[in-house]
Amino acid sequence: MASSEEDGSGNGSVEEKENGKKRSLGALATAWLIFYNIAMTAGWLVLGIAMARFYIQRGTHRGLFRSVQKILKFFQTFALLEVVHCAVGIVHTSVLVTGVQVSSRIFMVWFIAHSIKQIQNEESVILFLVVWTVTEITRYSFYTFNLLNHLPYFIKWARYNFFIILYPAGVAGELLTIYAALPYVKKTGMYSLRLPNKYNVSFDYYYFLIIVMFSYIPLFPQLYLHMLRQRRKVLHGEVIVEKDD
Amino acid sequence: MKHYEVEILDAKTREKLCFLDKVEPQATIAEIKNLFTKTQGRSLKDEDVLQSLPVGTTATFYFRDLGAQISWVTVFLTEYAGPLLIYLLFYFRVPFLYGPRYDFTASRHAVVHLACACHSFHYIKRLLETLFVHRFSHGTMPLRNIFKNCTYYWGFAAWMAYYINHPLYTPPAYGDEQVKLALAVFLFCQLGNFSIHVALRNLRPAGSKTRKIPYPTRNPFTWLFLLVSCPNYTYEVGSWIGFTIMTQCLPVALFSLVGFVQMAIWAQGKHRSYLREFRDYPPLRSPIVPFLL
Repeated sequence: MASSEEDGSGNGSVEEKENGKKRSLGALATAWLIFYNIAMTAGWLVLGIAMARFYIQRGTHRGLFRSVQKILKFFQTFALLEVVHCAVGIVHTSVLVTGVQVSSRIFMVWFIAHSIKQIQNEESVILFLVVWTVTEITRYSFYTFNLLNHLPYFIKWARYNFFIILYPAGVAGELLTIYAALPYVKKTGMYSLRLPNKYNVSFDYYYFLIIVMFSYIPLFPQLYLHMLRQRRKVLHGEVIVEKDD
Repeated sequence: MKHYEVEILDAKTREKLCFLDKVEPQATIAEIKNLFTKTQGRSLKDEDVLQSLPVGTTATFYFRDLGAQISWVTVFLTEYAGPLLIYLLFYFRVPFLYGPRYDFTASRHAVVHLACACHSFHYIKRLLETLFVHRFSHGTMPLRNIFKNCTYYWGFAAWMAYYINHPLYTPPAYGDEQVKLALAVFLFCQLGNFSIHVALRNLRPAGSKTRKIPYPTRNPFTWLFLLVSCPNYTYEVGSWIGFTIMTQCLPVALFSLVGFVQMAIWAQGKHRSYLREFRDYPPLRSPIVPFLL
């Protein structure tokens, strides 16, 4: 799910999934991660502000995607680095989970919104853009403060509570957008390969998108429940510790 | 000589982890750590004798529930029977797979008939080997493996078979030459793969689970053991490369690639466990690709 959040540690150096012990990162890795997370927080903030300004000035969402697409594409594509962080080991999350996460975002941005221009003014696009913006600003600032060892409780609270509404809202935005794109994909036959050809393979982007939409059914509940379990562990666990004190 | 008793507790929970009787006074901490990990990390075999285990007069066994299990033979038979049947459904163009005007028609390309023969031969061979050749180390594997494995085998078989047997199939670009070469590679590797399976079977007496280093025999196909730890996987990849060239079908190429990656991982694991178990393991051998991987 493009709007979902990673579990526990993500881009911070603290391993929340385990017993709260920090793993030591090199100074260079820490510095880079701090820079990366600050830059991403700033990027998504700028995107959010750009979206707000557009709406305030024009009073409509038509043309909003076109006006913010460069910032969106830049910062969302840059997030591919997060897969590298996991692969290299400076972030302790599975490469697979991060890969799926980032891929689904790249897919929505480049293979749906960018390629199928007719759906750029759909309300569902604004929906997932807003959700992503709030989610990413929360997520990246969480990682930033974590790395700096000064995590304000409200950011932790936001990171583990916002998703409850944002996640389903984001999924709705994405699904509605893909659904709106279907007729244009069918009409143009884009990204499709028909038989006969010398590779003896075919690909129908239209049916591929339908399969993608159906795949949300098994995937979304699993990821959502995972976040709920993380939330219980992190926030609930926090409360118990304070009581024992 | 006076022996020591060594008790190892978990630092956090104070739980008794291990009790070592008869520890020699000259034993180093490293040796004691070794004794400890042997009782902890490695799972015990059915054949292990109690007296030979490095424990004291009290042995503590740790029970781990492996979950629902299914026999290896059952899994192999199911995962191989599927592709055999599924491919034939597409070959005979059973209704609902292609358009109604193609139902039960035959392809006009000779290579399509050849491909069906090769694919079927391959899976019949596998089924027969499962029943009569292989000697399995483990009786069972986790139940969920059968769903995972069958999805993989059956899914890919359907995907490949759909295109090869399609009315709009395009035969190989280099025609008969390409098909003949591919067939030669395929048959060579099938024979090779079978030879290795037989050689491995002969290493192990019936009903036993002994492990020995495999060596080349009089059969020239087994001479690949000189260069590679798992020549059965090498030959298997070769067979599928042959089939890819024969059919010139991208899904087949992808199936070969995925299979190669998986077998390379298994070969590396097998190679490492050979190295661990046998001090005199031939150093020239690499896991699956001579000199490279």
